Amino acid sequence: MFTSTLFASILPEILILLVGMILLIVEPFWKEDQRRNAGWLTAGGLLVAMVISLLFGQPGEPTATLGGMIRFDWLGFFFKQLFMFAGAATALLMMDSEKLGQRGEAYLLLLASLLGMDLMAVSSDLIMLFLAIETTSIPLYVLAGFLLADDRSTEAGFKYLLFGILTTTIMLYGFSLVFGFAGTTDLYQLADMLKTGDLSPSSALGVLALILVGIGFKVSIVPFHFWAPDVYEGSPTPIAGFLSTASKAAGFAVLVRLFFVSFPNFAPSWTIALAILAAITMTVGNLLTLPQTNIKRLLAYSSVAHAGYAMIGVVALTQLGAASVIFYLAAYIATNLLAFGIAVAFSRVTGLDDVRDYAGMSRRNPILALMMLSAFLSLTGMPPFGGFVAKVVVFAAGVQAGYTWLVVIGIINSVIGVYYYLNVMKYVYLYRMPNEDEENHPVPLTRPYAIALVVLTIGVILIGTVFAPWFNWSEAAALNLF
Amino acid sequence: MSFPVLSIITFTPLVAALIILMLPAQRKNEARAVALAAAIFALILSAWVYFTYDQATAGYQFIEKYDWLPALGISLYFGVDGMSTPLVLLTGVVMFTGVLISWGDDDKHVMAGIQDRPREFFAFLFILAWGVFGVFVSLDLFMLFFFYEIAVFPMYLLIVIWGWAVTREYAAMKLTLYLFFGSVISLVGVLAMYFVQFQNTGVLSFDMLQMESANFSETFQNIWYLPVFLGFAVLGGIWPFHNWSPDGHVAAPTAVSMFHAGVLMKLGAFAALRVGIMLLPDGAKYWQWLIMFFAGVAVVYGAYIAFVQTDFKYMVGFSSVSHMGLVMLGFSTLNREGLLGSGMQMFSHGVMTALFFAVVGMIYDRAHTRQIPELGGMNKVMPFAAVGFIIGGLVSMGMPLFSGFVAEFPIFMGVWKEQWLVAVITSISIVITAAYILLNVRKVFFGKMPEKFEGHITDITVLDKVAITTLCLFMVLIGLYPSFMVPMVESGVENILRLLGGF
Repeated sequence: MFTSTLFASILPEILILLVGMILLIVEPFWKEDQRRNAGWLTAGGLLVAMVISLLFGQPGEPTATLGGMIRFDWLGFFFKQLFMFAGAATALLMMDSEKLGQRGEAYLLLLASLLGMDLMAVSSDLIMLFLAIETTSIPLYVLAGFLLADDRSTEAGFKYLLFGILTTTIMLYGFSLVFGFAGTTDLYQLADMLKTGDLSPSSALGVLALILVGIGFKVSIVPFHFWAPDVYEGSPTPIAGFLSTASKAAGFAVLVRLFFVSFPNFAPSWTIALAILAAITMTVGNLLTLPQTNIKRLLAYSSVAHAGYAMIGVVALTQLGAASVIFYLAAYIATNLLAFGIAVAFSRVTGLDDVRDYAGMSRRNPILALMMLSAFLSLTGMPPFGGFVAKVVVFAAGVQAGYTWLVVIGIINSVIGVYYYLNVMKYVYLYRMPNEDEENHPVPLTRPYAIALVVLTIGVILIGTVFAPWFNWSEAAALNLF
Repeated sequence: MSFPVLSIITFTPLVAALIILMLPAQRKNEARAVALAAAIFALILSAWVYFTYDQATAGYQFIEKYDWLPALGISLYFGVDGMSTPLVLLTGVVMFTGVLISWGDDDKHVMAGIQDRPREFFAFLFILAWGVFGVFVSLDLFMLFFFYEIAVFPMYLLIVIWGWAVTREYAAMKLTLYLFFGSVISLVGVLAMYFVQFQNTGVLSFDMLQMESANFSETFQNIWYLPVFLGFAVLGGIWPFHNWSPDGHVAAPTAVSMFHAGVLMKLGAFAALRVGIMLLPDGAKYWQWLIMFFAGVAVVYGAYIAFVQTDFKYMVGFSSVSHMGLVMLGFSTLNREGLLGSGMQMFSHGVMTALFFAVVGMIYDRAHTRQIPELGGMNKVMPFAAVGFIIGGLVSMGMPLFSGFVAEFPIFMGVWKEQWLVAVITSISIVITAAYILLNVRKVFFGKMPEKFEGHITDITVLDKVAITTLCLFMVLIGLYPSFMVPMVESGVENILRLLGGF
C-alpha cells in the first residue's frame, strides 16, 4: 500500500506540512521582534520543498494514488511548483507588512492554504476536490480578515467568507447531483460513463452549471467577481496578491482538469457558454478597471480581465489551448505577484495605495520604478515580458479552434488594458510629487522585498524571452489531459 | 556558421541599454558615452553588412538560425535581403545621429538635448532601437512580432517623459493605442496564416520563407490581406490611420522624432510589405486599388495639410505622412519600378526626415517657439543647420542629384504603368511640397530675424554639425551615385516580384 509512487505523489504536501510543523514548534521560542523570521523559514522551506519534489517527486505515467483520490501527473506537478513558488514569494512579501509579518500564525495559514491548493491541482475525485477547496479557502478567509483593527480588512474577510460559502455550497450541490446521476465521484470513471452515454447530456450540463459557480468564484469570472475588488482592497496587500494569483490559478487547475477530462464530449454546448462568459469577463473586467484610482482595486479588476483571457485557452479545448492556459497562468502568477509586491513595498514606506500617490516614483526609487514598468508592461502584454508570449499563445489557441471572434474581443480588451496600465506608468515616470522634492522621500526596499521583487522581475523577463522551457513544461502538463 | 553579425547588431542596443541602466543616476556623461559608443559600434557593423552584402547572389544573406521554441516552430532566424539591408544601415545612421543630437550640454541658456534623467532616456531609446533592428532582420514571423511590439512601447515612455509638455500625454497615449491596436489586428491575421499553413502543408512554423510556399487559398488571402497589411501600415502612417503620427512627432523629443519618423514608420511599411504583400500576394493584387487609393490620398492630403501648418514641427510631421504615402503608393503598384522606388524612398525619407526633425529641434531649443510666423533669419546664426535643412528640402521636393529624385521618380513611373490618372493626381503633391518647403525655408532661415532673438540664439554645437553632415552625406551620395543603393534594392525587388508571380 505504501509505495514510493504514493509518497512521491504527495511529497510536496508532506513537505509543506513539515515546514508548517517546524514553524509551529520554533515560533513560540522567538522573541516578539524576531517573529518576522518566520517568513524566511516559510519561503526557504517552500523553496527546499520545490527542489526536493523536483528531484524526487517527478511523475512518470499518470497514475491514480490514494485509492483514486489523487491523480499523479505532470499537470498537478507543474501547478504545485507554481503554487509553492507563489507561496514563497508571498511569504517574503508578508515579512515587513505591518501587523501581519510579525505573526507566526499568518505564515501557518498561508501554508495550510497552499496545502489545499496543491491538493486541488491533483484531486481526481469530487470528494477530495471539495475537501481541497475548503482547505484552501478557510485559511484565506482568515488571512483576508487578518487585520482585526482595520474595518476594511474585517469586511474583506467576512465578504470573502460569505461569497465563498455560498458558491461552494452551490458547487457541492452540483457534486451531489453528479453522484446521484452517475453513482461515482471519480472524475475519470465519470468521463468513461459520459462517453458511453449512460448520463443524459441535459442533466450533465445542468450539473456543470452548478459546478461552474464554485469554480467561477475561485477564478473570479463575471458574474462571480463581485467579491474580488472589495476583498483585494481590504485584505493585507500580500494576501491580495496571493488571492489574485495562486488562488486563481488553483481554480483554473480544477477547471481544466474537470472540463477537459470529464466533459469533453459535451463540448459544443459548454464551450460556447464559456466563450460568452470569457468575452463578458474580459470586457466587464476591463471597463470596470478604467475608472479605478486605487492600485489594489485596479489590479483586482484587471485580474478579472486576465481570467477572461486565460479562459480563451479553456474554450479552445485543444492541447494547445490547455498548454496556453497553463503558460498564461505561469506568466500571470509571476507578473501579478510582482505588481502586488511593488504595491506592498510602496505602501510599507508611504502607507498609501492610490495611483496618484505613485507620482514621482521613478525619482524616489528608479529601480523599483523599472520593476513596476516590467510588471505593468507584462500585464499589458508587451514583450520582452512574460505577458506577451502568454497572450500570443492563448490567442493562437483561440484562432486555431476557430474562435476568432473571441480573440478579436480579447484584442480589443488588451488595447483597453494598454490605456489603464500605461496611465499608471505615467504617474510613476512623468508626474512629480507636490513639492518636487523626491530626493527627500526615497522608497527603500527591505531585504526580503528586494529578494522577492528581483526574483519575480527576472522570472517575468525569463518567461518572456527564454520561453521554450516554460512552454514545453506547460505542454507536457497539458498532454496529461488528453 | 560564420560571424553572427546580425544578432550582434540587434543585441548591441539591448546590452548598451542594460549597461546604461546599471550606471548610477548622477553619471550622466557616462550614460551618454556608453550610448554613443554602442551607436558607433552598431553603425560600423551595419555599414559592414551593407558593403559586404553580395548583390550578385542576392537573396537572404548573413543567415543565422537558432531554435527557440521548436514545439511551436519559433526560431531566432535572422537574415537580410536587398530590401532590409538599407534599412539596417538607416537604423544605424539614425541611432548614431540621434545620440549626438540628444547629448545635451549643461549650458543653461540652451535647452538642447536631454538633461533630465538621460540614463533612462538612452536606455529606453536603445530598447526601441533593439526592436527596430530586430524587425528588419527577423525572418521568423513570431520574432518579427516580438520585436515589433518592443519597438512600440518605449515610444510611450519616451514621449510622455521627455516630450513637449503641452501635448505629450495625449499624443503618447494616442500613438500607443493606434499602434498597439494595429499590431494586434495583424497578429490575428498572422496566427490565421500560421494555422492555415499547418493545414495546407503540415508544417507548424513561423518561418517566413517557408510560409511563402504555404499555398494560401485566394479567398483566405483576400480576407486576411487587409487586416494584416493595414494593421502594420498604421505604423507606416497610411491614411486614414495616420492621425497619431503628426501628434506623436510633435510631442516627441527631437531624437525620438528622428527615430520615429526616420525609422519607426519604415518599420510599419516594411512589415506590411514583408508580411502583407510577400506572404499574401494574391490578396495584394485583389486589394491593390484600395491601397492605391489610401496611399494616394495620403500623398496629396498630407502634403496639403503640411502646407497650411504654422507650427514648424507639425509641417514636418505631415510631410512625413505625405512621403510615407509615396512609399505605400509604390507598394500598391506591385511592379518593379514602384517597389524599387519605395525601397529607395524608405531610406531616403528616413535620412531626410531625421534631418528635418533634428534641425527643427535645434531651432526650437534655442528660440523656444516653433511658430513659423514668429521665426526668421536663422541662417545668420546657424548657417550649418540652414544648409542642412535646404538639402533636406531639395530631397523632399524630389530634385535631381538628390536621393529624393532617385526614389520618387520610379514610384511615379510605376504608378503610371498601373493607372496613369493616379500618377497625375498624386504628382500634384510634388508641387505642394516644393511650395511649403521653399516658403518655409525663406521665412525661417532667411527673412528678418525678430528682435527678441537677436543675441540670444547661438549656433548649433559640433555634435549637431556632425549629425547633420552624416545625414546630408547619404542624401547627396545617393543622388549623385544611385548605384550606391539601387542595385541592392533591385535585388530585393526581384524576390518580391517572384512571389507576385512575374507581374
